[in-house]
Amino acid sequence: MKLEINGIHSYYEKSHVLEGVSLQVNPGELVTLLGRNGAGKTTTLRSIAGIVKPAKGSIMFNNEELIGREIFDIARKGVLLVPEHRGIFGILSVEENLAIAVRSSSRWSLADIYEMFPRLYERRKNGGNALSGGEQQMLAIARALVNDPKLLLLDEPTEGLAPVIVDEIVRILQKIRSAGVSVLLVEQNLAVCEKLADRHYVIEQGRVVYSGSGEQFRQEQEIKNRYLAV
Amino acid sequence: MSLYLFQALNGIGLGMIYFLISVGLTIIFGLLNFVNFAHGAYYLLGSYLAFTIVSLSGNFWLALLLAPIVVAALAWVTEKTLIQRAYHLPHTFHILITLGIALIIQELSISIWGPIGKTVAAPPSLAGVIQLGDFFYPKYRLFVIAFTAVIALALWFLLERTRFGALVRAGSEDAQTVSLLGTHIHKLFALTFALGVGLAGLAGVLAAPIRGVHPFIGPEVLGLAFVVVVIGGMGSFVGALVGGITVGLVQSMMTTLWPQGASLMIYGAMAIVILMKPYGLFGRA
Ligand SMILES: Nc1ncnc2c1ncn2[C@@H]1O[C@H](COP(=O)(O)OP(=O)(O)OP(=O)(O)O)[C@@H](O)[C@H]1O
Ligand SMILES: [Mg+2]
Repeated sequence: MKLEINGIHSYYEKSHVLEGVSLQVNPGELVTLLGRNGAGKTTTLRSIAGIVKPAKGSIMFNNEELIGREIFDIARKGVLLVPEHRGIFGILSVEENLAIAVRSSSRWSLADIYEMFPRLYERRKNGGNALSGGEQQMLAIARALVNDPKLLLLDEPTEGLAPVIVDEIVRILQKIRSAGVSVLLVEQNLAVCEKLADRHYVIEQGRVVYSGSGEQFRQEQEIKNRYLAV
Repeated sequence: MSLYLFQALNGIGLGMIYFLISVGLTIIFGLLNFVNFAHGAYYLLGSYLAFTIVSLSGNFWLALLLAPIVVAALAWVTEKTLIQRAYHLPHTFHILITLGIALIIQELSISIWGPIGKTVAAPPSLAGVIQLGDFFYPKYRLFVIAFTAVIALALWFLLERTRFGALVRAGSEDAQTVSLLGTHIHKLFALTFALGVGLAGLAGVLAAPIRGVHPFIGPEVLGLAFVVVVIGGMGSFVGALVGGITVGLVQSMMTTLWPQGASLMIYGAMAIVILMKPYGLFGRA
């Protein structure tokens, strides 16, 4: 299950946000997409998921073109976006949030999820709007897992979370990767990225300006200063 | 005393019919964010189809089963061919399109069934009255109360206890995220529209033996449904139930107290609710 993005150009109305982004996620890889605020990370993920329609370029998943497909159609291929705002349904219970996503083909059943996230089991009868930020993020990831993911697109999963919760999420991402699911991770927390990733991309003003392996990236103080320092 | 009981029962029966109409309107608005001004016309169609089916077969039960299904199927086709194209447009377009549909249905009804009203007989098993001591009440009207109560329960179960219902509720909060979970959102929208409109058709069948059928009832029904939804709150199931019964009771009680004032009281009640709770009794901001 390989993702190959080739020179996509995406717009919001008239503003040209992605100016030829190309990147790859090989089967089973965890790849990060880094960059400053407004660089185009979220837009890249939204373009893959079908929310934003690129005007040019191609997005091949498993040798099928994703551009032009409907959002749900892309999701059904196992390309699942966990959005920045998490998208938890406040008027649904935790269990209902999961239940509407359950697909029998997934290797994670509801029971597996509750074992993996004991906190969600405790809170299964609670409304989605009663959850803390960390619980919402866990639920958003859990919901993608029961939905039979082949490629997870995660948009800043640790944003605004306490360090213990961040560790918890790192542990979960390691589990997901070892289950063979590919991950494209957008993340500001460099420590988290370096702990997890096989490869990194850095994006700046809608273009990929750097790519390298985990090991290479560790040495790249210059790149980090130029593109990632706040 | 028994006059008031009589009117109270009438009000509840009427109110449950209003509930059926408004709950469809409110579900459609909640999920699709779509204003359906053709809702009253679909009710009208339900009534006329009941008239035809009863005339042809002599079987009211057949009408009760078939007419709502035909209305829902028609709604599904309309959604697929026309309404679906308008979701992304502002509400004014929804109103124009559905008012157009309403006029088409109304005028077609006149050319098929004529401009003069029709009556539909209650089924023979429910003809006549039931007697409790010195209190008499039409069997058919009691049946309407019981039947709509069962439908309301079934609908509640569908919306609150099934995956379909959870998807409808989730979609009314954020349809895009529902898509991101792999749900065929266009199917969900079309089914929900058909369900909501089918309920209006069902209300039309149930009301036919009580109020008869005449071709200009659509706008009146639509107006009442909006009053119910405004009182109960857009998108709320419980709101439609409480609002429907409130309007039914007010209307029915007023017919003994001050018939000319019935509409005044209903719109007055609506105004009070809007002033005190702008989102309705059970609405969410
Ligand atoms: N809905 C929108 N309409 C118009 N412009 C937008 C919209 N969303 C994002 N943009 C613009 O597109 C550019 C890229 O935004 P994007 O959200 O992809 O950045 P990002 O890398 O995810 O940033 P952040 O780290 O802040 O999340 C920014 O200049 C932003 O202002
Ligand atoms: Mg972003």
